[in-house]
Amino acid sequence: MLGVIRQKFAGAKGVGRLRPVASAMRHYSSGTKEMTVRDALNSALDEEMAADPNVFVMGEEVGEYQGAYKITKGLLDKYGPERVVDTPITEAGFAGIGVGSAYHGLKPVIEFMTFNFSMQAIDHIINSAAKSNYMSAGQINVPIVFRGPNGPAAGVGAQHSQCYGAWYGSVPGLKVLVPYSSEDARGLLKAAIRDPDPVVFLENELLYGESFPVSAEALDSSFCLPIGKAKIEREGKDITITAFSKMVGYALKAAEILEKDGISAEIINLRSIRPLDRATINASVRKTNRLVTVEEGFPQHGIGAEICASVVEDSFGYLDAPVERIAGADVPTPYAANLERMAFPQIEDIVRAAKRVCYRSVPLAATA
Amino acid sequence: MGRQDGCSRGKGGSMHFYKKDAGFYGGHGIVGAQVPLGCGLAFAQKYKKEESVTFAMYGDGAANQGQLFEALNMAALWDLPAILVCENNHYGMGTAEWRAAKSPSYYKRGDYVPGLKVDGMDAFAVKQACKFAKEHALKNGPILKTVVESYAGKYISSFKALTNGGDPAILEMDTYRYHGHSMSDPGSTYRTRDEISGVRQERDPIERIRKLILAHDIATEKELKDIEKQARKEVDEAIAKAKESPMPDESELFTNVYRKGYGVESFGADRKELRSQTGKNSDLTLLITQSLKQSPTHLIGHAVLYGANNMLAFYWSLIEDWSDNS
Repeated sequence: MLGVIRQKFAGAKGVGRLRPVASAMRHYSSGTKEMTVRDALNSALDEEMAADPNVFVMGEEVGEYQGAYKITKGLLDKYGPERVVDTPITEAGFAGIGVGSAYHGLKPVIEFMTFNFSMQAIDHIINSAAKSNYMSAGQINVPIVFRGPNGPAAGVGAQHSQCYGAWYGSVPGLKVLVPYSSEDARGLLKAAIRDPDPVVFLENELLYGESFPVSAEALDSSFCLPIGKAKIEREGKDITITAFSKMVGYALKAAEILEKDGISAEIINLRSIRPLDRATINASVRKTNRLVTVEEGFPQHGIGAEICASVVEDSFGYLDAPVERIAGADVPTPYAANLERMAFPQIEDIVRAAKRVCYRSVPLAATA
Repeated sequence: MGRQDGCSRGKGGSMHFYKKDAGFYGGHGIVGAQVPLGCGLAFAQKYKKEESVTFAMYGDGAANQGQLFEALNMAALWDLPAILVCENNHYGMGTAEWRAAKSPSYYKRGDYVPGLKVDGMDAFAVKQACKFAKEHALKNGPILKTVVESYAGKYISSFKALTNGGDPAILEMDTYRYHGHSMSDPGSTYRTRDEISGVRQERDPIERIRKLILAHDIATEKELKDIEKQARKEVDEAIAKAKESPMPDESELFTNVYRKGYGVESFGADRKELRSQTGKNSDLTLLITQSLKQSPTHLIGHAVLYGANNMLAFYWSLIEDWSDNS
């Protein structure tokens, strides 16, 4: 089962192996209720560009190449090179130019080919974008979106495979969004573009090709999700599991397995890392009295650590078991497939931790 | 000075003055980062078809930053109305230019972007060069500018010939800093006192204009003294007035982190005691007020001090607030 899941995600990887991208419009007209995350992002960009002439897209390969991951497909033809700007491979430069243009009232959507490359530009994200409104006492706000794939990809090694959620999540002045489904992708990206503050929008390469059911409401061009609100993806009463991005899918699968063992898991899709929806998390923990956090990022100072701290601070008396964290291994991402698999959370890790927290743990030897 | 009435209302600091309505986008505390930001302003000016330009100022220290070349490349590719002005005072903090730059001819650093060297100690040369650069940038794109020689005019004419095709450019302004780089720099360990006094005597920009005025009988010695006195008085009064301004209200700690107050919570050093009131929802205010009555805490402006017992209610009210406003 797990091997199959791995293959499924690995199959979605890589620019060269993308299936042809159907335009969002085709989904509308055919009335299909399924949409890939890629089309959800593409249609959200398209609609926001159509709605506001100050919105423009800038980054490497966003135009003529149609996007390294085809998220910006078709936008150049529709909006022209002034609004779909291909840049040289100079992240610090174009991130800074994007922020400067936002100082002057434009609404840039800056694409990083992956968030690994945002490290070249992190000074502009933090020092130029996140702090300007504060330092200028509200004179200069920065309505910018930094978006692109984040988190572990498959088979690309340490420098191309890591999660930046905790990095950006720690910075006041930034908002950090982490979509999981197509509805998340549409609603959150549209919210990010409309927001007057800088937003770091962390997508997941391995989810781009995944299809999700989408409601008619979510397909409407006015659709928008609130920033800072988590979504309870599945209600449960025995244990709370928090996750974001790709890990939401893993957590949901873990919940199915746990259900067979009589454990009812509540799955919280964080959707937003900053602001973090502490209210929803704490309310859920006060109901289930148990918590496992799941993320692909490094464990130290991670999202799980922050959630754990919040629950200990606010709901300590409600906890029936120690909180457990499932996170990426504390190592640079290895290349070999077997090691790579070990370095990131798998469904069985979530199931095992949940059982431990529910005191249904089997002896260690049996799980090894 | 960190006072409430300052242009950054005590939030920015000496490196962060802004006056956006006058087109001044501030100092920037990160050496070199201001150049891409300036090119971004120029990008927006072009995008909005505003027919205006951006002057992006940087020093000879920042001239070696990689991102300057990244931004310059894009400014040139896209013909942005950006004028890159290198204020060359010959020391990046305490490092002399010859110890930091293999080629200290910063106006030539643009390669494909024409540069102009201007005497930064000659106000007329600077004015001429900036006027020319603005016209050029509007017509052709960015400019690199370095200010040096005494008469900019002759350079401008050769420069015109050079850029006749319609390319961006750089200005280098040759100037000097009499004092240290900052409060903690006496400015004397990396250069001689003779060098400083020599520049003062021979190239001082104010002295130069004073001599010109006197030579052309535009004003008398006494009139100039009076102007100087008046300027001193003006500055002294401004400083006195600034010192009278109170420190920012404590509630300002949490304001301006985000554009809209709602939707985002902020914490003080002790999060159980100090956190922001981020909502506009009246229910939220009520909840907090109740919790204030229950615990030995007090309210400071928009920042709220209160005990830990009503956290969940606080969170819930935040959620309601977010949904109301979304």
